[in-house]
Amino acid sequence: MSLGTSSGRQATAAPFAIELRGISKSFGPVQANRDINIAVPKGTIHGIIGENGAGKSTLMSILYGFYKADAGTILINGTETAIPDSQSAIRAGIGMVFQHFKLVQNFTVLENIILGAEDGPLLNTSLARARKALTDLSREYDLDVDPDAVVEDLSVGHQQRVEILKALYRQADILILDEPTGVLTPEEADHLFRILGGLRDQGKTVILITHKLREIMETTDNVSVMRRGTMVGTVKTAETNPEQLAELMVGRKVLLQVDKDAANPGREVLRVEDLRVTTDGVERLKGVSFSIRAGEIVGIAGVAGNGQSELLEALGGIAEARGRIVMNGADLALKGLNGQSRREAGIAHVPEDRQVLGLIMDFAAWENVGFGYHNDPKYQKNAVLMDNAALRADTEAKMARFDVRPPIPTLAAKNFSGGNQQKIVVAREIERNPDLLLIGQPTRGVDIGAIEFIHKQIVALRDAGKAVLLVSVELDEIRSLSDRVLVMFDGQIMGERPPQTDERELGLLMAGMTEKS
Amino acid sequence: MDLIAILQILESTIRMSTPLLFACLAGLYSERAGVFDIGLEGKMLAAAFAGAAAAAVTGSALAGVLAGIGAALILAAVHGLASITFRGNQLISGVAINFFASGLTIVLGAAWFGQGGQTPALSEGRLAQTPILDLFGIDGHAHPVLELFLGHGILVYVALLAVPFTWWLLYRTRFGLRLRAVGENPAAVDTAGVSVVRLRYAAVGITAVLCGLAGVYMSMGLNTSFQREMTAGRGYIALAALIFAKWKPVPALWACLLFGFLDAISIRFQNIDLNGIGIPVVIPGQFTNALPFILTVIILAGFVGKAIPPRAGGEPYVKER
Amino acid sequence: MTKLPRWADVVLVPLICLAIAFVFCGILIASIGQSPVVALTSMITGALGTQTGWGYTLFYATNFMLTGLGVSIAFHASLFNIGGEGQATLGGFGVAIACLFFPWPHWSMALLGSITLSALFGALWALIPAWLQAKRGSHIVITTMMFNFIAYALISYLLVNVLKPEGTMDPATARFDKAFNLPKLADIFGAVGIPFSKAPPANIMLFVALGLAFATWVLLWHTRLGYAIRAFGKQEKAAVYAGIGPVRITLYALLLSGGISGLMAVNAVQGGAHRLVLNSVEGAGFIGIAVALMGRNHPFGIVLASLLFGFLYQGGNQLALATDPVTGEQLKIPREVIIVLQALVILFTGALPYMVQRPLEKLFAKLKGAA
Repeated sequence: MSLGTSSGRQATAAPFAIELRGISKSFGPVQANRDINIAVPKGTIHGIIGENGAGKSTLMSILYGFYKADAGTILINGTETAIPDSQSAIRAGIGMVFQHFKLVQNFTVLENIILGAEDGPLLNTSLARARKALTDLSREYDLDVDPDAVVEDLSVGHQQRVEILKALYRQADILILDEPTGVLTPEEADHLFRILGGLRDQGKTVILITHKLREIMETTDNVSVMRRGTMVGTVKTAETNPEQLAELMVGRKVLLQVDKDAANPGREVLRVEDLRVTTDGVERLKGVSFSIRAGEIVGIAGVAGNGQSELLEALGGIAEARGRIVMNGADLALKGLNGQSRREAGIAHVPEDRQVLGLIMDFAAWENVGFGYHNDPKYQKNAVLMDNAALRADTEAKMARFDVRPPIPTLAAKNFSGGNQQKIVVAREIERNPDLLLIGQPTRGVDIGAIEFIHKQIVALRDAGKAVLLVSVELDEIRSLSDRVLVMFDGQIMGERPPQTDERELGLLMAGMTEKS
Repeated sequence: MDLIAILQILESTIRMSTPLLFACLAGLYSERAGVFDIGLEGKMLAAAFAGAAAAAVTGSALAGVLAGIGAALILAAVHGLASITFRGNQLISGVAINFFASGLTIVLGAAWFGQGGQTPALSEGRLAQTPILDLFGIDGHAHPVLELFLGHGILVYVALLAVPFTWWLLYRTRFGLRLRAVGENPAAVDTAGVSVVRLRYAAVGITAVLCGLAGVYMSMGLNTSFQREMTAGRGYIALAALIFAKWKPVPALWACLLFGFLDAISIRFQNIDLNGIGIPVVIPGQFTNALPFILTVIILAGFVGKAIPPRAGGEPYVKER
Repeated sequence: MTKLPRWADVVLVPLICLAIAFVFCGILIASIGQSPVVALTSMITGALGTQTGWGYTLFYATNFMLTGLGVSIAFHASLFNIGGEGQATLGGFGVAIACLFFPWPHWSMALLGSITLSALFGALWALIPAWLQAKRGSHIVITTMMFNFIAYALISYLLVNVLKPEGTMDPATARFDKAFNLPKLADIFGAVGIPFSKAPPANIMLFVALGLAFATWVLLWHTRLGYAIRAFGKQEKAAVYAGIGPVRITLYALLLSGGISGLMAVNAVQGGAHRLVLNSVEGAGFIGIAVALMGRNHPFGIVLASLLFGFLYQGGNQLALATDPVTGEQLKIPREVIIVLQALVILFTGALPYMVQRPLEKLFAKLKGAA
């Protein structure tokens, strides 16, 4: 329904759908965006790529009226436009699909779509019009969704379609998608890119924010690279390559190759048989079996949300499971949820999300070093009292060995950078000298220097004859660290491959496709 | 028990349910918008006092009603400031408002009227008791059934009509859609370009108006004056009814009628002696008084259908980065 | 997240909140035609001007210290227990059982007995809400609130139908054996040669409460359980990762909270009234919320805040009796002014801290810039 107007507008408008000039934004002492200039031609898919924390999301939030820029101007279709709030952004024809969807879970698709874009004070006319428009849009862009379905019953991919439909229903000409594939299966991601292509062909402008090079190369017309709050360059996608983009992103050649000798696996440390985890009534881990031996790193590759988190949580004693977990030859309890008993069994766990699981953000560093080990006899003064002084001394030693900055044990965890927070967690877990280390997303949100350090620690633990289970969504990390790679898809292990396996083949497995199919 | 007694208890049930229903619907608007309100009691109490005081001074029932609503609005503004603008703890704010109203009504009442916190008895400023019967010139005592249905003050009918109206507003209008959305996921409302703050203040405002009506009905309709602590926990019973009704308007009516019925029973009988119907048990009045709370705890425990509050309830809205 | 220096956040913010509450009440008193200055001075003379005044102030402070500590332990586990009133009511029942049905040979045994039973009953009254919160996810605020009303009905039933002596109309138990009366401050201070007024009911429970405040501090910051309670209160999910069981900690925190609140009855019932009456708690459970908030959930702060509220409570009682020093007329200020003050303290320290913090942050930033 918006096509007639948008193509009509296109004919007379300026060549750029969006132009940002000199945008700057600070949060306290942190400068998230510094003098950003970017021009997005109409009817193109424009990628914005950068590492976590490079300032991509902040920039888009400014464009959507969520934040007010400290300086700079925004031009929409060649006209300077103030965007003080989301309402203005919508009026200017901008639609946004956030990384975390902004849907009302217990509303129907239709109700979600009209929310904020109702025709009048009564709902029935709005609903009727939206139903008709939805049918048209679905057909036009291959965005099939049942208008009467309740959102919480929909798959993640379908929820994302509802978000896109929401934007289109509001006559958006410019669609911004923030990390849209993070939660999608490869199939869903491919479908999404087909949809985006269709939107471009109809004259819409799409901005795709991602940190995945492959997506940029496959779908965009132009790509802008951000690094530490600045825009380091915009290039035509056809005239660049992943290596060049990666270099622009991090500022120097990425050394993801980890120096390590061949593994020398010993006895079996962990054996998992038909492990299943059900959360919220949905089976997320559907019968997984594998084993890890002493002195090897087993990497779990997969798109986020395919059961890896549940696997880690079941092994770490956080999620209840069915099946068998055999550690050093003894069965572990699967119910009763106790991270403590797993530690006693010789399992250390660096969780995927350190800010939610691994650290108490308001606690001082020294208290966090005791986190999970507060019952350890070494931190007790007597039967009643804890030995806080011993804990502090231990923290100082760990901070020195792991180069945590600043080395202040009394500083609260929230006041350390992401990399230093991770070092505190890794130091705590690795220095327990566990038989098995579970480590999830070891370098998410961690700066390059700390990445190399943490990788070295993991390899050193392996070389000391310990078993390591590594879960990461970064395929490069999995391939460079692991001795064996297991690929997970839809709660199951699709197969095992050596780490040298070609990225394409692993990618197919991650997409749930075996050689036969 | 004869027919007349049953009719009287039913009539009393309607009267006692009315303040509960107003307060329960009041809580419904606020909590469906994501603002928990355990300060219903305080707002009712303040309104009861302000209404009776204004009516006593001016001799006008309308002035009393407006003053009552005004008082509730002021307290609601404080709650809004604490829980919406300054993103404080909504529960603590509610507790504070209850104490504030409890203390202030007594202090002002004692200072203004010198009767130890009571307001002077209303005569012409009181709400009309049987306006419909009066209109048709029917003697209620002669027609107990007519009296049961038509022998109530206007506010009773306003409360009953507020139920279908609330249902319609919530499920059939733009405002209702947005109100429900802001209690479930304020980020969805915000990104859709609708102001979360304005919606929540509107909801809290409606809450205040309904609490105001609950309060003035108590001091100017059910009674002829304000007495200290006269709401006697009804704000909490209304909250219990809201949970009992799972935050839905029509079940709220049934919950309030049930709790009002218990109230009516305990006013009429000290203890309920079941020996009369062959059961050798005497139910103490204290049990009847505590029953709404016991029932609500059972509902909360989820043994009889789980009560799930609005998802964003109690959480101040902060934009994510 | 506040950017204030620690001392400002811990000391200045509560004091400013208190000052705002005082100013507001001053305006209120002035608006009803009375003098706030006269009111404040008569509160100070009434509560702190005499030994008797001090004695009452300390008696009330003991109540609030105990309920405040109770609220704060639950707060540390991120649980808002507003059931202190009901838990203390049941604690009173425990005291009554201990003092009516046991032939203790000595007051000290009676004290141990009533401490045990009151803590047990207080904890028991917190157990069901705690269990419902831990196992069924029922909101603790709502259930403890409901349990306050149920407690009142229960005690009312027990007093009227079970505990009331034959032939009396008053819903109260018989007086306890005089031998079970707790040593008053006069006795304790007298033993070391300091004369003190015999009139006020302040008693040995003051020292028990102070000891408990210290024990609470040790518990929270120097034991494994305290560590677990605080970690659970900050990040529940992370606590599970660390092997801290949510059910166990919820139960422990609330049982401790209810037990300590229940102890308040030993002071009020055995130490003060010497019998159990219908409303033995008199709002101390709720004042505990204000005390915990004002004291920033730290036992030391709670001791100070309970002294403040003891002073306010006793001063408020004296307001009703006070006369104007110049005209000699009776003041017309109801003691409920104190409830308003208490409400404002809860409001500003508990619900509106940002309103005070933010301007302060700006001020400090400016001062820093100037320096």
